Amino acid sequence: MSKILLIGANHKTAPVELREKLSFTTEETMAALESLRKDPNIGECLVFSTCNRTEVLYVPKTGDQVDRVIEFISSFKKIDVSEFKDHLYIHEEDAAIHHLFCVASSLDSMIVGEPQILGQVKAAYRAAVSSKTTGVLLNRLMHKAYSVAKKVRKETGIGDNAVSISYAAIELANKIFSDLSQKSVMLLGAGEMAELAVEHLLSHRVKKIIVANRTFKKAVELSDKFKGQAVKFEEREDALAEVDIIISSTGATEYVLTCDQVKRAMKKRRHNTLFFIDIAVPRDIDPKINSISNAYVYDIDDLKNIVESNIKQRGKETVKAQRFIEEAVVKFRQWMESLSVVPTIKALNDKMTAIVDMECKKTLSSLKHLSAEDIEAITRMTQAIASRTIHDPILFLRNTGDHRNDSLYLNVTRQLFNLDIPEEK
Amino acid sequence: MNLQTADILLQITTALYFLSMAGYLLFLFNQKDVYQRAGFYCMTAAVMCHLSSMVVYTVVEGHVPIQNLPQTLSLSALVTGCMFWFFNYKFSLKILGVFASMLLAAIMLSVLILPDSPVEKDAVLKGFWLYSHIILVFAGDGALALACGAGILYLLQEKGIKTKQPGFFFKRLPSLDLLDSVGYACLATGFALLTIGLVAGFVYAKAIWGKFWSWDPKEVFSAGTWVVYAALLHLRLYSGWQGRKSAIMTIIGFVIIIFTFLGVNMMIGGHHQGFTK
Repeated sequence: MSKILLIGANHKTAPVELREKLSFTTEETMAALESLRKDPNIGECLVFSTCNRTEVLYVPKTGDQVDRVIEFISSFKKIDVSEFKDHLYIHEEDAAIHHLFCVASSLDSMIVGEPQILGQVKAAYRAAVSSKTTGVLLNRLMHKAYSVAKKVRKETGIGDNAVSISYAAIELANKIFSDLSQKSVMLLGAGEMAELAVEHLLSHRVKKIIVANRTFKKAVELSDKFKGQAVKFEEREDALAEVDIIISSTGATEYVLTCDQVKRAMKKRRHNTLFFIDIAVPRDIDPKINSISNAYVYDIDDLKNIVESNIKQRGKETVKAQRFIEEAVVKFRQWMESLSVVPTIKALNDKMTAIVDMECKKTLSSLKHLSAEDIEAITRMTQAIASRTIHDPILFLRNTGDHRNDSLYLNVTRQLFNLDIPEEK
Repeated sequence: MNLQTADILLQITTALYFLSMAGYLLFLFNQKDVYQRAGFYCMTAAVMCHLSSMVVYTVVEGHVPIQNLPQTLSLSALVTGCMFWFFNYKFSLKILGVFASMLLAAIMLSVLILPDSPVEKDAVLKGFWLYSHIILVFAGDGALALACGAGILYLLQEKGIKTKQPGFFFKRLPSLDLLDSVGYACLATGFALLTIGLVAGFVYAKAIWGKFWSWDPKEVFSAGTWVVYAALLHLRLYSGWQGRKSAIMTIIGFVIIIFTFLGVNMMIGGHHQGFTK
C-alpha cells in the first residue's frame, strides 16, 4: 500500500542560515519537481518552500525512499548531507498528514495564525499540479488541507488578533479614529521603516500624507511615491495642526517632538485627537506627550507588548484547532484504508449482491405461479450474472502490476461504483 | 379595558426590558450579533408594550399617569427607551444598548417595587403645557442619560488606550471618535429638549401660579442642571473640551439630573413634590 512521507526543516529545527541554503525559489521548485517526476522511485511529490521552511511531501513507489530524497536535496541545493541531516524532521503516514494540516492551518508558523501560509501552500500545490507530480493521494490530501485550514480560520479565534507591529498600530488607530480615510498622516523621517508603515496605512486609504525629513530631497522622493506632500523638517510643529497620525522613525538621538510643541499645536487644532506612533530607537517622541489629553503616544515597545499579549491569546485557540486537525487526519486515514484492494473488492461484491437480491425479490413476489424450484433457479441465475459481471474488474484489481498506480485504479473503482465511505463535508 | 390591563402590560414590559438586558450582556461577552439583535427586538417590544400600557391607563383614568413616583419613573423610562431607539437607529452604536437596557430594567424594577400610593386627583396636574413640560424634560433627561452612557463607554475605552493595556473592552467597544460623537449628539439633543421643556414649564407656572419663577427647590436645581450642560456645550464648542473631559462632565451632569429628579423631593420638598412621592 502507498504511504505518504514528509521530509523538511523549519524555523523550529534549523537556524536561519541553514534555512536560507535549503530554500527553493519558484524556478528551483519547478526544476526539482521536474527531476523528481522522472525518478522511478517516487510516485507523487510536492515541494514547499518559504522563508521559514522547506518541505518535500511525497508518495514513494517502494520502500520509504528517505535517503534518496535527502540525497536529492543535497545534490540539488549543493549542500552536504551531514550539514543538514540533523536538522530534518521525517514524518510518515499520519504524522506527515498531521504536519501538513498544521502547516496549512498556520499552527506551525513562526507567528501562529498568520494568514499568508495557506496562499503559499496553494501556490506550491499549483506548481506540483502543473508539473504533473501529484496523483490521487496528494490531490485529495491537499484539498483536505485547504478545507481544514479554512475551518480552523473560521471557527477558532486564531487569526483574530494583531500579531505584527504595523497591524497592531493600525488596529489602535481604528480604535481611536472612526474613519481613517478622513485622517491625515505625517511621517517624520523618510527611512525604510517609514515607507513600510505607510504602505500598510495606504491599504487603509488615508486622506493625505505629509513627509518631513532632515534631508528635504529624500522627503520629496518619498512623498512623490505616495502622492503626498513634503515639508521641511523645521515645519513639523506647524504641520501638527493639520495631521492626525504621526509616524516617527528618524535617527535622531534627542526627541524631535517635545511636550511643549505638542501642547501649542493642540491649541491650534482645537484639541482634536493626535495619535503618535514612534518606531524609532532611540525614541523620537517625548513619552510625556501621552499625558496630554486627547494625545496618545505608542512607542515600539508598547506595540511589541500588545503583539505579545495577542500571540498568547492565540495559544489558547490552538487547542481547539488541534482538535479539528486530528479529526481531519482520522478521516483521511479512513479514506486511505478504503483504497486498499481487499475492502474495495468486498464493497463491490456487497453492492452487487444487494442489488441482485433486491431486484429478485421485487420480480419474484409478483410471479405467483412459479414453483419453488423455478424460484431457486432464477435466483441462482441472477447471482451468477452479477458475479460474472464483476469477475474481470476484480481480477484486474487483484493483479497489481509493477508500473501501475494502484491507488488510482482503486479510487476510480470506488468512484465508478459509488463505493466511497460516506463523509461529512 | 381597566387598570389591571395596564398593570399587566407594565409587568410584561419589565420582563422584556430584562430580556433585552440579558441579550445585550450576552452580546458584550460573546460578541455574536444574534444576541445584540435579540436584545434590540426585546427592547423594541418593551417600548411598544410600555406605550400601550400608558395609553390604556390614560384612556381609563382620563389623564396621563404622572401622579406619583412609580408613574413618573415609568414615564421617564418609556421616553428614554424611545430616545435609545432613535439614537440606535441613527448611529447603530449597538454596545450602548448594554447601558440603556440596564438602566431601563433598573428603573422598571423600582417602578414595580415602589408602592403605588393612591393620590388625590389634582386638577392642576393636567393640560397641554404640563404634558409638554414633563415629556420634553424627560426626553431631554433620557438623551442626557444616554450621553452619560456613551461617556462611560468612552472612559473605559480611553483608559485602555491611554495606559496601553487594551483589555476586555478594547475589541468590544467602537472607536473613541464614534463614542465621542454619539455622546455629543445625545448631549446636544438632550440639552435642546431640556431647554424647550423648561420653557414649557415656565409657561405652565405662569398660567397656574401667575408667575414664571417661584424659587422652588426643584426649579433652582433644574436651572442649575441647565447651566452645567450649557457650560459643557460651550466648552466643547469653543475650548476643545471634547473627549475625556466632556465624558466626565456628562457623567457628573447625569448625577445632578438624578438628584434633581429624586433627591430634591426626598430631601428638600417644594411644589413639584406631589407627583414624586
